[in-house]
Amino acid sequence: MAEQTLRAWLLTDTPSSRRHAKLSALYQGWLSFRSNTMAMVGLGILIALMLIAAAAPLLSPHDPFVQDLGNRLAPLGTEGHILGTDSLGRDILSRLIYGARITLYIVALVALIAPVVGLLVGTVSGYVGGWVDIVLMRITDIFLAFPRLVLALAFVAALGAGIENAVIAISLTAWPPYARIARAETLTIRSSDYISAIQLQGAGGFRIITKHIWPLCISSLIVRVTLDMAGIILAAAGLGFLGLGAQPPSPEWGAMISEGRRFILDHWWVATMPGLAIFTVSLAFNLLGDGLRDVLDPKAGE
Amino acid sequence: MSMLQIEKLNVWFGRDRDRVDAVIDATFDVAEGQSFGLVGESGSGKSTILRAIVGLAPTWSGHIAVAGAPIGKRRPKSFYKQVQMVFQDPYASLHPRHSVDAVLGETLQLHGFTDIDARVVKLLDDVGLGQKFRFRYPHQLSGGQRQRVAIARALAPEPELLLLDEPTSALDVSVQAEILNLLADLRQEHNLTYLMVSHDLSVVGHMCDRLAVMKDGKVVETMDVAALRAMKAEHPYSQHLLQASV
Repeated sequence: MAEQTLRAWLLTDTPSSRRHAKLSALYQGWLSFRSNTMAMVGLGILIALMLIAAAAPLLSPHDPFVQDLGNRLAPLGTEGHILGTDSLGRDILSRLIYGARITLYIVALVALIAPVVGLLVGTVSGYVGGWVDIVLMRITDIFLAFPRLVLALAFVAALGAGIENAVIAISLTAWPPYARIARAETLTIRSSDYISAIQLQGAGGFRIITKHIWPLCISSLIVRVTLDMAGIILAAAGLGFLGLGAQPPSPEWGAMISEGRRFILDHWWVATMPGLAIFTVSLAFNLLGDGLRDVLDPKAGE
Repeated sequence: MSMLQIEKLNVWFGRDRDRVDAVIDATFDVAEGQSFGLVGESGSGKSTILRAIVGLAPTWSGHIAVAGAPIGKRRPKSFYKQVQMVFQDPYASLHPRHSVDAVLGETLQLHGFTDIDARVVKLLDDVGLGQKFRFRYPHQLSGGQRQRVAIARALAPEPELLLLDEPTSALDVSVQAEILNLLADLRQEHNLTYLMVSHDLSVVGHMCDRLAVMKDGKVVETMDVAALRAMKAEHPYSQHLLQASV
């Protein structure tokens, strides 16, 4: 009964307060998201990944850094090492579990930097127009013209190897598409009547961009970011694989594949297990992105 | 005293070869408390005059004065406390992600009011929307309800001159009448001056005291509504319009 009334309260057509209206809109978004099974699978995988990363010390059977050269390259299903051990005898499962933390760290940092920069550049460029638009868009063009991994390689080579630098390098190469999307959306929004209406109230450019244009751009950006997350994880893994991202003995998944490469013919699981982890998380982000697009697309809701 | 004075107003878009003259030498005068109609076919420059007055059409020349004070290229904030506009399409003039409360609250805040809560309640009552609409989003409102919200937003700064850009043309007939009656009531209550654009002569005949007829960017005739009702237009184009509307 209590659930019924809560549901009715959330689905009401006549919200009674600001908070009520917000919660009600959120709940309706959640309902439409929940009806998408694949997106729920993606969300489930990502929540599981977060829980695993948070509880890594409790879950991992071994210390990810302890070497045991007597037991190196143990196959799958070995006693005490379900996923086997790598070339230095470290437990692969434990390393995967700790690697989830690094993956999430990279994803979170890139997701905080690249879309924000892109949104800022794109909306300012689209709203202000004129010279500002020309200058900002040419800079974007220059960044877009470089192949992503090559530019990232150049940055890492200049700044030195390491996770933070890899994140900065990936972010620097990831923002231009977001800027383009945000600019295109801004151009369609800026000439609409509701922007004219707020200009007539004497609102300044800063308020219009942050309060009126951003809320309409953000949903398509979120979708794009989740769909790009797979690529970002792969780019980070790629940098790790090339030895320019996370450094040994850090259990970063790309670096683990790189180490396993030497034994790939005789001891395939050493490279395959982190590969499967990268695949699963990338897939989860793609599924989530697809579901979010259905919920957040402002044109679909009306 | 005249609330709005327009003399030799020219508005154009584009430059050089692409230049389009939307309004040519428009001259008319709206007295305080009057309701003035601008009629003409689509593309005759009616809405462009309104947009030029509030600064949404940046390329214009001529003389515009509101309550005796001439307007320059940049309008001060106090200008928007005096002049407000209601747009044609209520589906496009409300931000799709802002609730009614947010729209009105932000407007009031921008104009420096402090008793925002009380004023939002009063505005909604003024335009005939109850409190239950306060926290709704535009997609939860009908066209007529949205236009009421847009009118409330225009009334929020307590303007003296309200520019109405075909406020009812996007609504169906029964709702049109409601909105027109609301506008007529509000004019009396708040002592407003209206400048109303319409292509519907019967709407102008119902709402306005005087009107100007426009064709191809020019004001061809200015007359009283009494003359309109008596079908006494002088210019051949106005006569043609009148006959077509009977």
